[in-house]
Amino acid sequence: MSMDEMVTRYREILEESPLEQAAKWKANHPGSKVIGCYPVYTPVEIIHAAGMLPVGIIGGGNRLEIAHADSRFQSFVCSIVKSTLELGLTGKLQFLDGIVFHSICDPARNLGSVFKRNFPQLLVEYIHFPQNMASPHTVNYLAAEYQKLKTSYEQLAGRPITDENLRKSIHLYNEQRKLMRELYRIRRKTPQNLSTLETYILTRIGTFIPPEEHIAGLKQALAAAGQRDERPKDRIKVVLEGSFCEQPPLELIEGLEAAGCYILDDDFLLGWRFFEQDIPSEGDPIRNLASAYINQSVYSGVKHDTRERKSKHLIDKVKETGASAVVILAAKFCEPALFDYALYRRALEKEGIPHLYLEFEEKMWIFDKAKTEVETFVESMLFD
Amino acid sequence: MAKTAESVKTSYQGQIHLLQKEMMGNYFNQLTRCAEQGEGKAAYMLISGNPVELMLAFDLIPVYPEINALQLAVKKVALPFILKAEEIGYSMDNCAYVKADVGMFLGDRKTPFATIPLPSLILCNYVGCNVYLQWFEHLAEYSDGTLYNLDIPFMRDPSGKPSPEDVTYVVRQLEEIIELCEKITGKKLDYAKLQRIVALSGETGELWSKIKSLTKHVPSPFDAYFDSVTMMAPLYCLRGTEDGLRFFEAAYKEMEEKARLGMGPLPEERFRFVIEGPPPWPYLRAFRDLFAKWGAVAVASTYSTVGGLWEFGFKHDSNRPLESIASHMLEWNLTNRNFLQRYDQIRRYVEEWSADALVIHSVKSCRLFSAGQGDMREYFTKELGIPTLLVESDIEDPRYFSEAQMKNRIDAFFESLEHKKIVREASAVGGKT
Repeated sequence: MSMDEMVTRYREILEESPLEQAAKWKANHPGSKVIGCYPVYTPVEIIHAAGMLPVGIIGGGNRLEIAHADSRFQSFVCSIVKSTLELGLTGKLQFLDGIVFHSICDPARNLGSVFKRNFPQLLVEYIHFPQNMASPHTVNYLAAEYQKLKTSYEQLAGRPITDENLRKSIHLYNEQRKLMRELYRIRRKTPQNLSTLETYILTRIGTFIPPEEHIAGLKQALAAAGQRDERPKDRIKVVLEGSFCEQPPLELIEGLEAAGCYILDDDFLLGWRFFEQDIPSEGDPIRNLASAYINQSVYSGVKHDTRERKSKHLIDKVKETGASAVVILAAKFCEPALFDYALYRRALEKEGIPHLYLEFEEKMWIFDKAKTEVETFVESMLFD
Repeated sequence: MAKTAESVKTSYQGQIHLLQKEMMGNYFNQLTRCAEQGEGKAAYMLISGNPVELMLAFDLIPVYPEINALQLAVKKVALPFILKAEEIGYSMDNCAYVKADVGMFLGDRKTPFATIPLPSLILCNYVGCNVYLQWFEHLAEYSDGTLYNLDIPFMRDPSGKPSPEDVTYVVRQLEEIIELCEKITGKKLDYAKLQRIVALSGETGELWSKIKSLTKHVPSPFDAYFDSVTMMAPLYCLRGTEDGLRFFEAAYKEMEEKARLGMGPLPEERFRFVIEGPPPWPYLRAFRDLFAKWGAVAVASTYSTVGGLWEFGFKHDSNRPLESIASHMLEWNLTNRNFLQRYDQIRRYVEEWSADALVIHSVKSCRLFSAGQGDMREYFTKELGIPTLLVESDIEDPRYFSEAQMKNRIDAFFESLEHKKIVREASAVGGKT
């Protein structure tokens, strides 16, 4: 299959209903269980090692009408919180056996409780990710947290999660993440050969199919990308930041590129690409996962690491990729991303790196305004 | 037909109001002396469950950006600071406490109540609120203070209790903070002094808890929302000091006497309600008066438990100072408890404090409080059949308070409550004959 064919097929799935794919998988595997993973990051290895399928529950996209959830969550709460609840209230998450939320922000945390009350048949787990990354005691804490999660999933799956299974799952997801890093590396080097939309679609598809299948798809995609030899267009090179949780519509990602940007790096679906190196699979696997979160995971608006400033990471990324500007694409009402912007803006201005600030909502349908803003920004850069 | 409600202007007449003013004045003077004359070193912390006892043991001066932000709002000077923060990149949709504080912090830090000292230690006690992490991350970026993120695992277990690993993790971090304070102050920890301070906190908390149970009386001797905030300032700024204890001894005496004499904050107590959510600081008086005119008294409030939930049985223990500080931070405050635990807390208030209704004040700034309050309303009205009113404004930003709209909602709610009351009383009389 060519890259175009693959991407077209995947895009159709994404635009129809990715959740149906997971539901179908479950129907075809009697006795199996599916666990929903709310953004940003979940240690999916623990779920996978129990023989269950971890599935990203990443909002409702722009084809879901919010008819019930907006009476539970106020107008000033972000789209993804409401669309996730809407999916539940309209019976679209019935294929799930469990769902896991995390301490990423206040609305997502309260959503976990609201899920617990409204869907008593669902195993609702909650991970408190540590925010003291500098203490030597934090690994012990997080390992204990993961141990509790493991015990809970052992009960749900009705089988023990052995260290051997965990190591196999770590190994598998290492490979998946490595292939996704490779995809990003190609795009960074030759963005004319692999678009951001393609990278996004190829990554997103992996959030609801078994990792083995995703790995096979990624290998095919990488081979196809290697065949391409396009001429670079007259576009500016940017780094995109701020979309680590709620995801922008495909049309918006496409529009940003068409308006004249090569996006050399982004933070879309960040939790699924959370580590820049492999997680060690020898030794105590639970501890390795915990230690990786603290010492190996990438920066984001939901992690507050006092060891190194977030804005430094962004500046470094701009320099390393050779981008000439930054596009901040923050979800409307996303407090972590909105707060980060104040820090990023200060650092970017200090470094003399131009930036464009945009807000989006997953449910948006009209992209003209965003496109015009990007076009104006690109022109100001190209003809300055 | 429902009686037309007369407008009532409220003001608290007791002694403790004056004592509070004096003590808080002293506290703010201490901040000013620290800022302007370099007397002492400042440790920034957040209100929800904090280890102020440790700070006091090192003679560090506790500074609470939340208190400063709310003072700016009460004094009606917050907006220019909010706008200044928005100019440099903060969003309309970010917590306005943070924006007011950042706007003030980046200037000369002079306010109508104090000059705010720069921090030596920026101790982010991450107790529930995720914005805390952002807030202190930003203050650290704008100053030379040392930032320490004191990570408090959230109450996520179905038991509502922390795990042994959670407690160990917090105690280990408190030990690291002791080392850090030793470095900052050049002093060794005086353990006996820490124990004395923790004992003072214990006694203060116990008195506060006794005061809060007085509102079970009919009529309630004080308003558990609007008058509680008077007592919350000393509870947070002076907890662990002799002055703080003295304040609560006086407050208990005064309130206990009122309860004994059958006195209440309003001429007549016609409705008892529980209120959830922080107050609209820029319009506190106007908001209060909207309830007062209906003879509606708050008998319990969740907001008064953000910094500690002593009324459900917690007491600091000087024999186990670190463990007990950890327990306070983990378990015994509202903000580190999950949303369903809050539903339980409110249900208990309605039942044990004999309330007629629940009022939810939903504020945009604080999503820890507000996100999902529509579900809370659903639970209380549909599952429990408790009349519930949800109104929206903000804790800090004066642009979100619409008095006319607020008045309409509150009037309509109490009119309907009154109507129900009349019908109920009539049918009770009818039933007897």
